[in-house]
Amino acid sequence: MDFLFITQQTLSATIGVNTIIFALAAIGLNMHFGYTGLLNFGQAGFLAIGAYSVAVPVISFGIPLWIAFVIGIFNSIIFALLLGIPTLRLRADYLAIVTIAAAEIVRQIARSATFNDFLGGSDGITGKFGKDFFALNPFKSGLDTPILRFNANDLWVVIVGWTLVAVITFVMWVMVNSPWGRLMRAIREDEDAVRSLGKNVYLYKMQSLIIGGVIGSIGGFVYALSRQSVQPDNYGTALTFFAYTVLILGGAARVFSPIVGAMIFWFLIVFIEQVLRQGVANDLIPDWLIGVNQVGQIRFMLMGLGLMALMIFRPQGIFGDKKELALDAKA
Amino acid sequence: MGIILNLAPAVSTKNTRSVQGSRVSSSRLSFRKSSSSIILLLLAISSIIFSASNATAAETTTSATKLYGTVLDKDGLALPSVGIDVTGPEGFTKSLTTDAKGDWEVEIPTKGTFSLTINQDDLPEGQSLTDPTKSTIKANVFMLGVDLKILFPIGPGVATASLLERSAQLAVDGLILGLVIALAALGLNLIFGTTGLTNFAHGEILTFGGLLTYYLSAIIKLPVVIAVPIAVLLGAFISGFLQDRYLWKPLRKRGTGLIAMLVVSIGLAIFLRYFFLFLFGGDTRQLPQYAGQAGIELGIVSITPKSILTTSIGIIFVILATLWLLRTRMGKASRAVADNPALASASGIDVQKVIRAVWVLGAGLATYAGVIVTVNQGVSFLMGQDMLLLIFAAVTLGGLGTANGALVGSLIIGLFVQLSTLFIPTELKYVGALIILIIILIVRPQGILGKKERIG
Repeated sequence: MDFLFITQQTLSATIGVNTIIFALAAIGLNMHFGYTGLLNFGQAGFLAIGAYSVAVPVISFGIPLWIAFVIGIFNSIIFALLLGIPTLRLRADYLAIVTIAAAEIVRQIARSATFNDFLGGSDGITGKFGKDFFALNPFKSGLDTPILRFNANDLWVVIVGWTLVAVITFVMWVMVNSPWGRLMRAIREDEDAVRSLGKNVYLYKMQSLIIGGVIGSIGGFVYALSRQSVQPDNYGTALTFFAYTVLILGGAARVFSPIVGAMIFWFLIVFIEQVLRQGVANDLIPDWLIGVNQVGQIRFMLMGLGLMALMIFRPQGIFGDKKELALDAKA
Repeated sequence: MGIILNLAPAVSTKNTRSVQGSRVSSSRLSFRKSSSSIILLLLAISSIIFSASNATAAETTTSATKLYGTVLDKDGLALPSVGIDVTGPEGFTKSLTTDAKGDWEVEIPTKGTFSLTINQDDLPEGQSLTDPTKSTIKANVFMLGVDLKILFPIGPGVATASLLERSAQLAVDGLILGLVIALAALGLNLIFGTTGLTNFAHGEILTFGGLLTYYLSAIIKLPVVIAVPIAVLLGAFISGFLQDRYLWKPLRKRGTGLIAMLVVSIGLAIFLRYFFLFLFGGDTRQLPQYAGQAGIELGIVSITPKSILTTSIGIIFVILATLWLLRTRMGKASRAVADNPALASASGIDVQKVIRAVWVLGAGLATYAGVIVTVNQGVSFLMGQDMLLLIFAAVTLGGLGTANGALVGSLIIGLFVQLSTLFIPTELKYVGALIILIIILIVRPQGILGKKERIG
């Protein structure tokens, strides 16, 4: 067992690119689910819209990257409106089914051969669409220490990404502690009470959907830029479910919980994966039990079990407050 | 960063998805289609494994690596002198043609992604790719020294059938798909009605039923006619009785919220899906018995005897379940519980017993839905997940919590999915169904047969 390698991989992942992506996706979900009580199961769709909005304009139409970011924000607002107008009047579980369907529509259209010329079909888009971004990279070499290792590009993505996460978290903190934020929580607790006070609940829910969706699509920007490629099947329902796991792990309706949740989530995933992998490679785990190809499956099985256990035994997550989160679909 | 974010099976779904719900009558054809998917699927999985680990071990092997395959027509006869162009990284290009046996192979020098394009003009009259847009197959070579088999699925060709024949065939296929959805949707809807649980793990009951059938008939070597009833009984017992007894009943007792239970069901679905992958592997497998059954021509449509038999039994099950709901004491009690659990309990109905009955019935029906898919198209670990959104669409369309609504919604979704391929590309047929779902919700949020109060 190479413990130093395991440590290095695990710690790098804990503050790495994936953690940033999942933190952003979960911050968006926190706005939807944690503060407003909207059961949005289509967050992967917002990430996909963000990712494709960065890649497609640059690669297919030669539009500068910075304008592509604006296009991405615009597209995610449109998607939120399309999603919200029919569904926000519905009960929570209807919203869940419709949003999951909408995200699947996005993914299946993105990977269809019909739009191959623009969206790249099932192989997605790979190309240097982020070169304007990486041209600003001040780091000539990566970071290579015994406990952390990033190449030059990842280091730049990580630093910019964490800055983004910090700014967005601060804005979230300001928003949810404003009168507007208290109104959102009131909607979550009892929509009818808020309505009886003369507030337009529908409009506020829409604002929440748009803000959370835009944050999710910023996660999509990071996803696309960090890999310089967009693959439609990375934006399946599993992405949404794991973003929920991250949010619930940290504790919904807490500003910092998506960040902590994402760090713990990726710490556990990479740690377990590396230990299993090394165990299999060094014959500490017999071949008949777990083959080398099956480590990934074990990892997903543990994620499923973990999500169940978390929801059963500690639905408020690590930092959550049980009183804050008495959600139910009885509405 | 050594770790690449991989939602591994999400990658693999793309290849198997097209197989699901495809024409039941042409199961052999869809098997071929799926076997090419399997290769890509294995590639996808292995890519993840190697990209995530320190890939040094993989890089040391350098031996000649071939891509190879055989081009066969719809009847399994070789198609000679069909041109295939291969392109790959570092400017690698090669053109070749199939030999007299329809075989071809090409040696490749490097790792990377290779595109293989079949020249559709070389195919004889009446033969064409089952999906003409898929003339190019991409093969990712991650390890040298491992030969890869690439298959181009070829069928009778779209142009040979008239619009009427195609519509009739698609309508039959759509009805069969609708029945499969209905069997699963009935249980989902009953469980939702009585317990309020939106069960995201319902698709896994189908998969489990399919796997049981496969293991009983292919491994224990029971005849399919015996394996199927055993599988349905086991499915009803394990996925129904045991699941409710040891998972959902304790959760209801704890007072777990409905949304919390919904998330628990998602966790369960993820766990089971990868557990099935772990046990069964990522390929689609056929039952050895009746695998290549020829279709019977009934007028202008062609149906295999096995699909006639399995769907007839399915229709009987649906009728029996509806009668159970409408006529028996237990069925009436279940509707009472769905309407108002507290009042039902106060009027002397044993609510827990009703819920147990609903779980057993629902799981049995969903298991049988899995059996129909397995017998006619083969079983894979993803088959439940592929059906789940269609089941949800059907249930929402008909009205959540209404049993008859689930039936109507299922038939509409099944027919719509299949018939829409007359006008839109086959790969987008599920998109059409999901768009219909959203439109219905705008116009009539309670569903076709739903009651208005249910939407809240």
